[in-house]
Parts: sequence; C-alpha cells; structure tokens
Amino acid sequence: MTETQDNSTDNNSAESSESGSRKLNIFGLSISIGALIAWVSLLFLLGIVGISLLKAQQGPVRIGSQAPNFTLTTFDGEEITMDELRGKVVVVNFWASWCKPCEQEAAELEEAWRYYEPRGDVVFLGVDWTDTEPKALRYLEKFDVTYPNGPDLGTRISQLYRTTGVPETYIVDKNGALAYVKLSPFLSLQEIKSAINPLVEQ
Amino acid sequence: MNFTRRKVSFLFALMAMIGVLLILINPAYAQDETPGTPTDNEVNAIAKQLYCPVCENIPLDVCPTQACAEWRELIRLKLSEGWDEGQIKQYFVEQYGARVLSSPPASGFNWLVYIIPAVGILIGIFLLYKAFQSLRAPLKVDEEDDLPEVDDDYVARLEDELRNR
Repeated sequence: MTETQDNSTDNNSAESSESGSRKLNIFGLSISIGALIAWVSLLFLLGIVGISLLKAQQGPVRIGSQAPNFTLTTFDGEEITMDELRGKVVVVNFWASWCKPCEQEAAELEEAWRYYEPRGDVVFLGVDWTDTEPKALRYLEKFDVTYPNGPDLGTRISQLYRTTGVPETYIVDKNGALAYVKLSPFLSLQEIKSAINPLVEQ
Repeated sequence: MNFTRRKVSFLFALMAMIGVLLILINPAYAQDETPGTPTDNEVNAIAKQLYCPVCENIPLDVCPTQACAEWRELIRLKLSEGWDEGQIKQYFVEQYGARVLSSPPASGFNWLVYIIPAVGILIGIFLLYKAFQSLRAPLKVDEEDDLPEVDDDYVARLEDELRNR
C-alpha cells in the first residue's frame, strides 16, 4: 500500500527527459517546464484582470454596510478620523470648486450644519476632490462654509467610498454604518434634514 | 568739403551703431516682457507628462476643461515659486494619486507594465526561432523502425517478385 502511494507520488511530480526537453508529469499530464511557466503566467495575468474588473464593477458602497474609515486632514491642518466619530451622525460631502452642481447645495449644507451644530451629535465633513487649494479656499469663503473641510489627498477617500463624481453625500449613522447616499446635489434644506433626522433620533 | 565727408561718415557710423544697438536690445525686451513668469512652453512641458485626474485619458497640456486650466495655472505657480519638475510631479501624485502620471512609477504591481512587454517579446522571439528551426530541419525517418511490419502473404509475394526482376 505504501509502495503504491509512493509510486503515485513519483508519477505526479516525476521529471522525465524522454524527448530531450525536461518534462513534468503532473496528475498524469506530461507538460514541459516552459509550457508550465507560460500557463501559470497566463493564469496570473487573467487573475489580475479579473480582480480589476470585479473592483471596477463593485459600484458605490452599500447602504447598511460599515462605512470605510479614513482620516481627513483639513485645510487648517486638523486631523479628523471617522472611527473617532462613532456615536455621532457623520455627513460626508464630496465636492470641488470647479463643480457647478456643488454650488447648488453649498449654502443648504452650511445652513444644515449651523442647524445641527449646537446638538453636538451631528458632524459635517467636506472632502474636496481633485481640486487646487487656492480655488478650494476661495469657494469655502464664497459660501461661508464653516464645517471642517480638507483635500482628498491622493483621491484615497473617494476611492474608499467608490464615488462616481461630485457632488456626492454619504451619511453615516451613530453605529458607523452607511445609512444614506445622495449621488446628486441636495435641492433644499428640508431634504437634508429629512435624511439626517431619522438617524439622530435612533 | 573735407568736413562734409567727415560729417557724413560720422552720421553713417552713428546710424550703424544705433542699428546694432536696436538689434541687440530688441530680444532683451521680448524676454523681459513678463519677468519671473514661466512661459506656456515651460508649463506644458510638465503638463504633458500628467493626465487630467477628472477626465480620463486626456493629457493635462491639451485638456480643455476649466479644472485642467486651473491645474496648469498651479504648475505655473509652482514653477514661479522655484519648484522643479520632479517636485511638481510629486505634488500632483500626493494630491491626486499616481494615476495622474503618464508613466506609472516602477514599484509594486506597476513593475508588470514594464516587465510583461519585454517578456512577451522574448517569448515571441523564442517561439519564432523554434518554429523556423523545425521548418529547416529535415524529418528523420528511420525506415526500419517506422514502417509497419507487413504480415500479408500477397504483399510478401509481390515484393519478392519485384526484387527478382
């Protein structure tokens, strides 16, 4: 029995040089080392392409799933980490100074921030996507934005949230789960309130 | 008369000197039009090595959007502040990610981009070499070994007769 097992093991990995080129016998299939390397390389490449395609087709982060953690370094140099905001409702707004639709909601977002700020359990974060700092600061000044804002350095935050453009707003509940996604500008203060209020009352 | 000739030659010499001075001064005026401001060519030399982070596959030097115009102005600003090409490219990578570079940095999985084409070409050359070699080499046919043994009486008699002729 032991001998049979040994023989089969030998057959599976035995090297043979019957026809001059080195060949491997793998599970009864005789294959040259060159061909084996070529097949392994091809499968490796196909794997990479497959993973890339899967990532590209993932779509936005799903509602109910844990919101991706990130650290935002604001234009003032302050560092804000999502995980440290657990227990609060977090409104993450992606914007850019060159984005015209972002201007539509800028005033309403600031108004909403001023409405919720005294409560202390709602935090607004502005993530400035692919922008230049001077223009971004001018934009914040123009709309008198007072909640923390910072650049999306290396577009890392937008990649985590798999954003498709700007403006986009993601609202995270007190447990750190994604509760609300808006892939276009808010049209009114009431719309923002109706998205936040159910989460504050939880 | 002599005085007039001297006067004329002095005037010619004076005009020639003014002409030479004008030729020398003119390019200097052109260069000093906007002192300290990098030219469009200097900006575009860097911009063409970067891609628009928003609109995919468009080099920054030819991208027509407002955002791209702002990034080109940012390059101009950094150049005027004394930054070199490497520093500006590094700044863009830190701000917008490595995808803005026209050629990816040779690190991590990016190495595959540089290695695979070279390996592919080498494999192709090897396969072509093998194919040509097999076309050139004559087929070795060992008649004794390869011909099937004839076990037919009729064929045996036929071969005997042919041999006897």
